[in-house]
Amino acid sequence: MSELLNNILFLPEAASTFAERIDFLHHFVVGTTMVMSAAVGLAALFFFFRYRRRLPAQATEYVVPTLKTEFLFVSVPLVFFLAWFGIGFRDFTWVTTPPKDAMDVYVMGKQWMWKFAYPEGPNGVNVLHVPANRPVRLLITSRDVLHSFYVPAFRIKMDALPGRYTQIWFEATKPGTYQVLCTEYCGLSHSKMLAEVVVLPEEEYEDWIQEQRRGRLQDRQDALADNSLVPPVARMVEQGQVLAGTQGCLKCHSVDGSQHIGPTFLGMYDREEKLDNGQTIRVDEAYITQSMMDPGAHLVAGYQNVMPTYQGKLQGPETAAIVEYIKSLRTPNVREGASEGPAYDAIQ
Amino acid sequence: MTPSSSIAAPGATPAPEEHHDHHPSYLVDGTTIKSWLLTVDHKRIGLMFLFWVLLFFLVGGIFALLIRVELLTPGPTIMDAMTYNRTFTLHGLVMIFLFMIPAIPAVFGNFLLPLMLGAKDVAFPRLNLLSLYIYLGGAFIALWGMLNGGLDTGWTFYTPYSAHTTTTVAPVLFGAFIIGFSSIVTGINFIVTCHTMRAPGITWFKMPLFVWAIYATSCIQVLATPVIGLLLCLVTVENLFGFGMFDPARGGDPVLFQHLFWFYSHPAVYIMVLPAFGVMSEVVATYSRKNIFGYRAVAYSSLGIAFVGFFAWGHHMFVSGQSTFTGGLFGVLTMLVGVFTAIKVFNWVGTVYKGAVDFRTPFAYFCGFLFFTVFGGMTGIALGTVSLDVAWHDTYFVVAHFHFIMVGATIMAFLAALHYWFPKMFGRTYHEGWGLVSAALIILGFNATFIPQFLLGNNGMPRRYYEYPERFQALNVASTAGASLLAFGFIIIAMYLTYALVYGKASGKNPWRSKGYEWVSESPPPTHNFVGPQPVFPEEPHFYVDPKKAEVPDAV
Repeated sequence: MSELLNNILFLPEAASTFAERIDFLHHFVVGTTMVMSAAVGLAALFFFFRYRRRLPAQATEYVVPTLKTEFLFVSVPLVFFLAWFGIGFRDFTWVTTPPKDAMDVYVMGKQWMWKFAYPEGPNGVNVLHVPANRPVRLLITSRDVLHSFYVPAFRIKMDALPGRYTQIWFEATKPGTYQVLCTEYCGLSHSKMLAEVVVLPEEEYEDWIQEQRRGRLQDRQDALADNSLVPPVARMVEQGQVLAGTQGCLKCHSVDGSQHIGPTFLGMYDREEKLDNGQTIRVDEAYITQSMMDPGAHLVAGYQNVMPTYQGKLQGPETAAIVEYIKSLRTPNVREGASEGPAYDAIQ
Repeated sequence: MTPSSSIAAPGATPAPEEHHDHHPSYLVDGTTIKSWLLTVDHKRIGLMFLFWVLLFFLVGGIFALLIRVELLTPGPTIMDAMTYNRTFTLHGLVMIFLFMIPAIPAVFGNFLLPLMLGAKDVAFPRLNLLSLYIYLGGAFIALWGMLNGGLDTGWTFYTPYSAHTTTTVAPVLFGAFIIGFSSIVTGINFIVTCHTMRAPGITWFKMPLFVWAIYATSCIQVLATPVIGLLLCLVTVENLFGFGMFDPARGGDPVLFQHLFWFYSHPAVYIMVLPAFGVMSEVVATYSRKNIFGYRAVAYSSLGIAFVGFFAWGHHMFVSGQSTFTGGLFGVLTMLVGVFTAIKVFNWVGTVYKGAVDFRTPFAYFCGFLFFTVFGGMTGIALGTVSLDVAWHDTYFVVAHFHFIMVGATIMAFLAALHYWFPKMFGRTYHEGWGLVSAALIILGFNATFIPQFLLGNNGMPRRYYEYPERFQALNVASTAGASLLAFGFIIIAMYLTYALVYGKASGKNPWRSKGYEWVSESPPPTHNFVGPQPVFPEEPHFYVDPKKAEVPDAV
């Protein structure tokens, strides 16, 4: 019965404990709505035919409702509405109050991807692995604008707000892969901000998390072997180059002078940049650092203000390393006159 | 039965138009352009509003069709993502601020309020003219911004996106800010008119229900519009100068914006739909020749909706991170709006009971209206059911719901009003057959457009999507097909009404034999509405009781 109704109503597969509750109420509400709309409509239709006009200036009776009728008009809808509200609010309280034994996952929305992080485990982009039949609490935030984390199959949704965490929880009931969509308009590629939840059986999930942890441990040992706490400048440049890759800088900034979402890093240092407010600014260490922390403060003319802030995401030495890397991409002054060889150093 | 014969039915030949030679109708009393542009006559101002409102409806409608065509295929169809984002923003802004909010109050409210109250004009005629020019000024500033740069935030301008976007926010918000003043001025004017200009005999509880609805609407406009005005200023400043009001990167609060925004924009839904309820109360009484069943209940429920409407805004924010308790509170208050609306619906159906129904074009729109209001209202209750909203929030279910209640109900009422009062405004009649055909097309087209969107929402398609996963395509195609049917219906209406404007038969003073107060004066009325001494209104509006049997009963 409920399967059939779900098909008629185009509801997606119900794959969480919350989805089962929602679908019950959904059927109740939609069913009553249909019956009531039909009743009102049929009553009206009946009246249209029964009481059609026979004389152009026909007189009618003066009919007014009795107090009893008016009471009925108010109380019947009120009882139904409050009943739905009661059930709905019970379920809402349930889904916004995670159980104590829930497993935590941090979810971060960012134009235009979802990032997932486990407190004691791996990070991931656009794929969330969770075990079946175990409550999972999502701690949701955003790095730029509003997003909203929506899994139709679980019937859950919660806004991602920059600067604060929201939470919601679910318990997936069936292993499988389910779509995640962003439902709060977040700019150009709002409709491409898709991800998926992979629900694994308990054992498979344990295996997966072990494997991920192994990778992480290896990284940590590598880091310990690297004993230079204050790296020399040459190392800083290397470190900055790696950081620029892992932090996503190079997704928007090219290093070979080509046009991209942000200004190219090539030759950026010590350049006079024209800003979108008409002023100019010389790119120095201070400006680069400020642009990482508050990208909109002095926006270079011709570029959109789409860069997220790295405030709190980079540590001091990391910021310095990226600055050094950008400095290393300086182009030597091009000399006047005949060419004496390549004007630009080769870039690795 | 041909339309002309039904209008001039035997025994009811409308009295030949009494040509008071010195009192020409308002349409021909002064024919220079200046006499129109500088008029203080509420009827001419209403008519000019009608012209502009229809023009903006056309603009918004064209953009609606572009959106539907784009969504015909899962990927890009006719435009790129940025153009799409600007298109739905423009569609929403134009339809809400330039069409739906002013449509019924500024056009029909202006035209009819003084007539229904037996007054010569509104309380502040010059202010009334000013409100037209404020509206136009704001509209052109906003449209200029939309065409030069274009806004891509959606009509809700949610921060921090609207504080960061590089598209032109300032002129559009400034334009909307200015339009708000027009709304406030019109509201004040109507409130004062209702309080001070009622003719002898028109007590508060003998005012036509359309006047009650406009009165309640005006209260909302005057109280809520200043809030959005201030909010739009704050967002503009934030966007231009980087103030940290709403941007958490600068210490602001993005949810604060939503509270302030919906504090206006939720009541604004009732600014759009309450006048529609008022129109329908008049239409159903006239065409079923019945006094309104439960007049006081309908009048009070308008005030009730206006009042409770101010305390339900938080239901737009169930998943915004507000507390669970707050969610519950706003959920319960939302249910009350549903109860008030239910009272109205039951009383309209009750009005038809033991009536004498003449099934004309406006009555056909009443049928459509009844369906859209019941279905749209009930889906609204479903959305107010907090846990269901968690699933539906920001999906196409919401899109379908608000189009049903806001657009469906309002468009039905707007078209019903246009047809019902067409003879009053122009003294001519349109072709009844075409009227019924186009009404059927529009009601059918509307359902075909938005019922698939309910199902899309159930299936999980978020709103404001430029591209969508393949599985949503069939329903999107159905919706687009419905939209083209709807457009076709509007084209037919535009054609036969324009024809009727020029070649339509003279309608006579009161073609529907209505006992609504506005039909007491001539059709079209002379400039000062009534010729001779101040009219008196001894009976309640829509009192169709046989005079021989009538022992005038007290209203309930």
